Amino acid sequence: MSHPCVVTLDRKSAPRVLFSGDRLVEVDLPAGTRVIYPKAPLAGLKDPDAAIRYAINHPYNSEPLYAKLRPGMKVVIALDDISLPLPPMRRPDVRERVLTVVLDLLADYGVDDFEIIIATSVHRKMTGPEVRHIVGDKIFNAYWPKRLYNHDAEDPQGMKLVGETELGEKVILNKKAVESDLLIYVNLNLVPMDGGHKSVAVGLCGYESLKPHHNPKVMRQCHSYMDPKSSMLNTVVERQGAVANKHLNVFTIETTVNNRMFDRSLDFLARNEDDLSPWDKTAMKALIATLDRTPQELREQIFRRVPSPFELTGVFAGETEAVHKETLKRCFEQYAVPVKGQCDILVAGVPYISPYNVNAFLNPLLVQVMAQGYMFNMYRGSPLLKKGGTLIITHPVSDRFDHDQHAPYVEFVHKLLPETRDAMELHKRYEEKFASNPAYLAMYRKGRAYHPVHPFFMWYWGEAGRQHMGRVIVVGADNEYMPRILGYETAPNMHEALEMAKDTAPSSPEITCMHLPPIVMADVTTK
Amino acid sequence: MPASYFDVDGTLVRTNLVHPTLYYLLNQANPQRTLARLADAALRAPRLVLAELRDRRTFNEELYGLYKGTSQDRLLTLADDAYEKVLRPAIIKGARELVHTCRDKGHDVVIVSGALDFLMARLCRELGATHVIANRLEFLDGVATGRMLPPVVAGPTKALLLRDHAKEYGHDLDECYAYSDSYSDVPMLSVVGHPAAVNPDRALERLARAYQWPVVHLDRP
Repeated sequence: MSHPCVVTLDRKSAPRVLFSGDRLVEVDLPAGTRVIYPKAPLAGLKDPDAAIRYAINHPYNSEPLYAKLRPGMKVVIALDDISLPLPPMRRPDVRERVLTVVLDLLADYGVDDFEIIIATSVHRKMTGPEVRHIVGDKIFNAYWPKRLYNHDAEDPQGMKLVGETELGEKVILNKKAVESDLLIYVNLNLVPMDGGHKSVAVGLCGYESLKPHHNPKVMRQCHSYMDPKSSMLNTVVERQGAVANKHLNVFTIETTVNNRMFDRSLDFLARNEDDLSPWDKTAMKALIATLDRTPQELREQIFRRVPSPFELTGVFAGETEAVHKETLKRCFEQYAVPVKGQCDILVAGVPYISPYNVNAFLNPLLVQVMAQGYMFNMYRGSPLLKKGGTLIITHPVSDRFDHDQHAPYVEFVHKLLPETRDAMELHKRYEEKFASNPAYLAMYRKGRAYHPVHPFFMWYWGEAGRQHMGRVIVVGADNEYMPRILGYETAPNMHEALEMAKDTAPSSPEITCMHLPPIVMADVTTK
Repeated sequence: MPASYFDVDGTLVRTNLVHPTLYYLLNQANPQRTLARLADAALRAPRLVLAELRDRRTFNEELYGLYKGTSQDRLLTLADDAYEKVLRPAIIKGARELVHTCRDKGHDVVIVSGALDFLMARLCRELGATHVIANRLEFLDGVATGRMLPPVVAGPTKALLLRDHAKEYGHDLDECYAYSDSYSDVPMLSVVGHPAAVNPDRALERLARAYQWPVVHLDRP
């Protein structure tokens, strides 16, 4: 018997409602299609602050945080950036709660030499209001921007070599963190690929230390990103993290949240369309119609301004690897749905948000990241889609970019991708040169832009999916050329897309729909 | 090796061509001469405004006409002071970093400015630039004639000079970078493979957005 989150459609089934950017579309899927729904949100912790205090006083494989503190020591607290969780959560953010407890503890033990660094790696720098949102007014007003600031991966005076792995991979990290007596990392673990050694070894590093794992060769060896033990990316990061932890005194605090992405008034978006009450069905129709009639700018504002009611489901502290083991268990408990057998055609709606476009538009390169990166990789065991299978996505794939955040993406998409989509070729011929463009570097350091190497990483993000999939078909694209640049085909509607997909599929193909968001992962068994 | 070509006024420094000129006008050999020069400048002001509306080259020609009769010795003697008091304090902090980044990446850094060569040479030294393309006054018997030696560095001529420089030093223009704040420098920005608008005026910002050039704001804290 299949898991309750796996629903097989019949002739009477209602249309499925999928995201298509910041709209919702109803699609008819044939009888026999499997639809995989997210699990219901795990119950949130009743007293999050008490849980945080308990975790740092009862750590895994480490002495309690208070035992590591002594007056006069230099402490750096590093935080995950706004790419987690998605969408940003309702205040107080988990990081505010953890920071409040940690800062009180530091004060109690006479530690006043501390700085708080947002571990942005080569992501864009967070703005003041965004930082305020995650750390709260009190901490923001007290420390921003002198003692609470963004990591700068391109500050020539701000980075320091920690060491090398046995394979010669350099570990160059934020100098303040390296020279601290104690580095406390406050993580928010949304998906299984977050956290662990990735927090320090990636969050506080720069381009040089990203090269060993953010490259197409490593990406091709990830099966999947969400399954750390089968991810070469994770293997390399663990090697670097081990070097970091050997030289630095790291105390890790990881947190997990449930997948309550939508408020109760919108939670019908995560449920089986056949199980909706008449009221929910009416609300769904009204929402679809409203979004259709709302101007683009306003739709974006609506989604941006509504934070998610995520709840804390776990706090684990102590030594990085021991902590992360517990975090992963909680993550999989929330997301993993057992699925028997792969499919020939995978259908998924691409929403308006990804980790890389908070408060910006989901540009075409990020659509690719969502489709061939995240959605493809939401599995453990075997990929949900068979080798050579077809992915059908719903999204407008508009030729639109946020020029402040994604300036280097524009050139990458319009100038480099038309030359070649071959990730190896892009990596060899263009990456270094592009990543050293002084104007883009200035936009990263002085403005809100992603580092110029980031669009390359985004393309590599889809590499495992690209190598595995046969075709990608877009339903609802508002233009033909942008999907073509990405290597995608287009179809006017889902029916046509399925017919096109069947051309290269076996007769009676297995069709599966991933109904997300909220996040769902498939634990795929093939026997 | 690529080259990075930098406009100066508004891009690397907050001042414009008028500021150092005013410094020289105010620092004549005696107060009477200063008054006479200022009066001359006041009389020329409407023509300067009209010239600015017409094109940058005409403006430069009008402006440098104010130097007529000034001795070369005096200009060079005051150059250090003019640089220290007018230009140096106006260097944009982020601009220094941008130039340093270009140098770190192994670029030739070339200053391309309508300002006077002896002042730009000082800026070049300070920022660690490698070459200067700037305007030169004509002197006769050690006294400025009020004319400029050709080529006049302004507007479309900047693009031509940039091409010549790239050719002379073996730079592939497709690999080169150019930075400016002003719409008048669009020709110069257009000849390189990697143009960027720095602290752009409204017209340049609009164009940069349309052509999807990077827009850098170095003047923001």
